[in-house]
Amino acid sequence: MNNFTPFSALLGGVIIGLSVVFYFYMTGRLAGISGIFENAITKASQRLSNLAFLLGLVIGPLIYFNFIASSAPVAFNITHSYLLIIPGGFLVGFGTRLGGGCTSGHGICGIGRLSTSSIIATGIFVAIGMLTVAVLQQFGIYL
Amino acid sequence: MNDKIISLICGIIFGIGLVISGMTNPEKVIGFLSITHNWDASLIFVMGGAIITAGPFFYFLKNKELSALGDKINLPIKQNIDKKLIIGSSLFGIGWGLVGLCPGPAISALATFDPITLVFLISMAAGVLVKKNTIK
Repeated sequence: MNNFTPFSALLGGVIIGLSVVFYFYMTGRLAGISGIFENAITKASQRLSNLAFLLGLVIGPLIYFNFIASSAPVAFNITHSYLLIIPGGFLVGFGTRLGGGCTSGHGICGIGRLSTSSIIATGIFVAIGMLTVAVLQQFGIYL
Repeated sequence: MNDKIISLICGIIFGIGLVISGMTNPEKVIGFLSITHNWDASLIFVMGGAIITAGPFFYFLKNKELSALGDKINLPIKQNIDKKLIIGSSLFGIGWGLVGLCPGPAISALATFDPITLVFLISMAAGVLVKKNTIK
């Protein structure tokens, strides 16, 4: 197993969990990012709050890059193939809204609340994600 | 006003958590989805850490009617396990596997100033809007 980083993964996960809890406690809303994203671009009500959350998602990493981890560059390696990026982005947007949530909405908030549908949704998108990567690897992508 | 500041703070904390966890790096996510090839199980610890942290609070707060800011709490009504849930989650899984970005990290990735992240986000917005305007 290469690049296995359980400690930073766990620490990051706990911080994400604290954000989810604090957001719910203060606003009464669940921090499902695909829902926040949809509301920010389609709903007039609470648009500024939703945009503020999304802005925070960008500012957080900037704070981390510049003030916390300035010595160690944070890895960011992404495909630059439009054949993957454009259908990938579209399917993430369309699929999360059709399925009612993403990794945060179903995977963290939903499973955290022991919702059966969220547990099933998470199982599906993880399994299909794994299948997709396995198929791409057959074509020499992501080896 | 308060609501916006709280949202901003929560977004910042969430974003810092995403970077520390490694989820903002698509290569890391692909490593997790690559179950047959050098599998990197780290992402289980990200989700596990978040669920274990948030779960007990959700349990103890489940009967609360008002949030600390005084808004009515409306949790999603029980979602049916139907075609939408299954097909939607499957399509999301395909998109996630193609690039290694889900919605949160896709937005946080703007902080890298790599223009390709903007292409991904515009495509994602298009997917959201097409769904919104075709399926009720």
